[in-house]
Amino acid sequence: MRTSFIAKNPSVLVFLLALASFTIIVTILSEGFGIGVISTSFIKTLGKTLCLCLIAVAMDLVWGFAGILSLGHFAFFGLGGYMIGMWLMYERTRLIVTEALMQGQIPPTGSEVIDSIGSQIFGVVGSNEFPLIWTFADSLGLQLLLVVLLPGILALVFGWLAFRSRVTGVYLSILTQAMTLALALYLFQNDSGLRGNNGLSGLQNLPGVEAPQSIVSMWFFLASAMALGLGYSLAAWIVSGKLGSVLRGIRDNETRVRFLGYSVEGFKLAIFTLTACIAAIAGALYYPQAGIINPAEIVPIASIYLAVWVAIGGRGRLYGAVIGAGFVSLISTWFTGGQAPDIPLGFYTIRWVDWWLVLLGLSFVGVTLFAPKGIGGLFDLLKKKEGKA
Amino acid sequence: MIRILIACLALMCWGQAGLALDLTLQEILQQNKNLVEKSSRKTIGPVIEEIAASNLSQAQGFLEAWGNKQVWQRRSDGLFFFGTEVAKRQYKLTDPDSGESVGEFTKKDLKQLKPNSGVRALIATALVLFQLSDPDPAKRAEALQAMERAPTAEHLAPLRLSIDNEQDADLKAHKSRLERLLTISFDPDTATRVAAIQSFEGDLGVDVRATLNPLVVTSMNITSGDLPTDENIARVIKPGSEDLSMPAAYDLLVARKLAPPATSTEDIRAALVAHIDGGQVAKISVAQLSDPEIRRQAYDRLAEQSLVPAFIGEEDIAKKLLGYTFYETFAETSVVVTDAAQAALSKIDLNVGMNQTLDLTLDAISLASIYFLAAIGLAITFGVMGVINMAHGEFIMMGAYTGYVVQQVIPNHTVSILVALPLAFAVTFAAGVVMERLVIRYLYNRPLETLLATFGISIALQQLAKNIFGTQARPLTAPGWLDGAWVMNDVVSISFIRIAIFILALIFLGVFLFIIKRTRLGLETRTVTQNPRMAASMGINPERVNMLTFGLGSGIAGVAGVAIGLFAKVTSEMGNDYIVQSFMTVVVGGVGNIWGALAGATMIGFLQKGIEWGNPSNTLAAQTYMIIFIIIFIQFRPRGIIALKGRAAGD
Repeated sequence: MRTSFIAKNPSVLVFLLALASFTIIVTILSEGFGIGVISTSFIKTLGKTLCLCLIAVAMDLVWGFAGILSLGHFAFFGLGGYMIGMWLMYERTRLIVTEALMQGQIPPTGSEVIDSIGSQIFGVVGSNEFPLIWTFADSLGLQLLLVVLLPGILALVFGWLAFRSRVTGVYLSILTQAMTLALALYLFQNDSGLRGNNGLSGLQNLPGVEAPQSIVSMWFFLASAMALGLGYSLAAWIVSGKLGSVLRGIRDNETRVRFLGYSVEGFKLAIFTLTACIAAIAGALYYPQAGIINPAEIVPIASIYLAVWVAIGGRGRLYGAVIGAGFVSLISTWFTGGQAPDIPLGFYTIRWVDWWLVLLGLSFVGVTLFAPKGIGGLFDLLKKKEGKA
Repeated sequence: MIRILIACLALMCWGQAGLALDLTLQEILQQNKNLVEKSSRKTIGPVIEEIAASNLSQAQGFLEAWGNKQVWQRRSDGLFFFGTEVAKRQYKLTDPDSGESVGEFTKKDLKQLKPNSGVRALIATALVLFQLSDPDPAKRAEALQAMERAPTAEHLAPLRLSIDNEQDADLKAHKSRLERLLTISFDPDTATRVAAIQSFEGDLGVDVRATLNPLVVTSMNITSGDLPTDENIARVIKPGSEDLSMPAAYDLLVARKLAPPATSTEDIRAALVAHIDGGQVAKISVAQLSDPEIRRQAYDRLAEQSLVPAFIGEEDIAKKLLGYTFYETFAETSVVVTDAAQAALSKIDLNVGMNQTLDLTLDAISLASIYFLAAIGLAITFGVMGVINMAHGEFIMMGAYTGYVVQQVIPNHTVSILVALPLAFAVTFAAGVVMERLVIRYLYNRPLETLLATFGISIALQQLAKNIFGTQARPLTAPGWLDGAWVMNDVVSISFIRIAIFILALIFLGVFLFIIKRTRLGLETRTVTQNPRMAASMGINPERVNMLTFGLGSGIAGVAGVAIGLFAKVTSEMGNDYIVQSFMTVVVGGVGNIWGALAGATMIGFLQKGIEWGNPSNTLAAQTYMIIFIIIFIQFRPRGIIALKGRAAGD
């Protein structure tokens, strides 16, 4: 008899409740929907953090449970952002351009509008033609499909190539890192079709929406919270079922699972692709809040940071990933934003903007050496104490 | 002009044969007094030639002085003298023949010769022969270079005359090469030119191509009838072919006023806007004009009323173009010459292509040695010990900064580099040992966590370097004797610094092989990496060996950093540029084997240069394609080019 996975995982309920109450509190305190204690820019930071938590959940699924240390998930995140960014930018430019052309003495033809959009968007890279990749940019539905489809296909092809030749462990990590670097370098080119290092910008403005940013930011915040809730539940459902057991088996002893008759490559490919899609959705929610996306976002180091968040939060437990991503990214924002107080030592003043990365780097070392279970390990200690009491 | 030259030649031969009338300079000038006083480009030629051909030793000096406006005429008797100003409006005159002073005169007694620019040009040409025969070889070389910069037809005759008497072998070769180049451009005789062109077949010099290319320059012509027979036609071009699209061909017709301009969508728009009448254009309401079909209809109606020119679209263009033939003609009129030039150029192109391949190969080898240098330390720590050290790039950076700091202390670049190399090794060796002792030894069986921990160290070290040295790039200057390049010909050259890096890479390879194969430490390293427990029971201390091996790999990275810093900028982020490539090099080459790293570096170096050559405008794309190629390559050889076999391969 099958029991509901929530019954097997009471922690999911706890997490969903916590997320819901967090969302409600933030909504009440927000500028857009509530009493205005939390500024719009901080709402955006919180919304972005939720998206980072979502990709951290995906990372935990692929690394913590299946043992694949992918250093490429941020590439999928960025691609998702690019896909939604294309529609946002196209549609917004179209509205502006059409309005401008309508001011003329005779109404514009379709091709005039498109040429004008093209020169608006690609003028910075010295072109005015739409590249092939923008074919569907005029359709929100297709572009939303591409958010999942393009990173998904990339992950599928790359994963198939990598897993079938039995690239495992650190070799796979290096290979995924190379893939990310290749993608970033490709996007840096001006003729990549995605505006080179200018990236896509103005994404915070929803085309055709008159609502102020305080309201729009709340929509995205709520959507991010909902996506995180759904993603977390999906991940919890996966790891609590038979698939989860197989994945853990692969993580702990791949050869043995293979000898038991499971198609290890198939499982790995499935989880790699699925998490890539989740990452892409997180990216598609993140970049409209960030307002701009450029190739610098997806250089390999970003993906390594992602792994570090999960490691600090505690991998192999989904809430650990959420805690790690939320904690580290918020605290990083605080330190690098210049808000942290400087520490005067008399002969030298420690400015956190300069020293935060040193501290962060050393804390990775500390966590891997002394607390391999991360912050999540603290919960184990609590549980043990309860058990004893 | 050519007649003047022949006359000039004749006069010179005369002079050399000793047939010159034994006139002094002053006598020649007095004979041509009127021409000299009112000198103009058209009339002065024969006088200058006569002076030049007089075979008088003072002739050169006089021509120079004349060109520099230092010749004065005495009003009282009309004689010409060199004049130098001794006081204000007071001039000392010297006789041009004897060089003796004839006294001082005030300006009002004198008249200055002021040759205009045309005359000065003729004087300069006449002086060329003097310069080409100057007793000082440096002056002769200088004259040749000046001639190379701006060759003219007038140079050819004096140049030819000066070759036979040239004593210096190098200068003679130089002169005869230049003579052949000038022959190609300026000789009136076609057969001579063709012979000169053929003498250059396969020559790599840029000067040859610069001389030949103008001969085969073509210009586009259009005729409505048959092709003209009196022009040197390069080829006939069909409109609509790859070289000339239909619209481009039509634009040529329009530019020559052979056809009315085609009607573009902008023209239609402008015409419609100009004829809006009460919200309507030609009885079509403006609101409907967002449809191109309706715009066209409106335009046609306007055309019917003769308000705008008739619409000319693609069909009209095609029809119109049928009536014309497009062909390219050479500016050079002689068919024989253009044929010879084309043949010579194609042979030169072939030769240039082969040399470019050689140049590319040298570039690729040099890039490969850089990758090899960057990766060799990693080949030890990752390849032999299996430790993923993401801070490897930062060891390279530490080495480079060590070099920078040493250069601040020791200003002599040669000495400072010699000090920096061992010091960089020492610094990064120490850093490697510390890192191994504090972090890595706890993580030997957890490679993924080693990756994270060393990545943490990497970002901490990067930020630390940024805090100490700032974000600005620091220079690490190579010693003076490494400046410059080894130039094989105009196509192939390689800078000394790259040769030095290649040699350094070879030295590293040798040192590495020696340590691993021939020393006690190498033996122990190999033992410990194969089976640490067995090694321990044989009395080897695995901890110590691991520590030293890791230190060695890190130290080599530091030395590589000094070498890399010599040609790349030293920044806190320079490690990032090499870390992925280094791992790729080791993985592609095959883990656990120095020859693998060498093979990997060679492959990646050649691959990258090859892709860059195929797509020269874009080095970023080259890297992208290279990484994709590597990912695919690993499909076929997952264990790299040189894979360990048997038990050593492990799992």
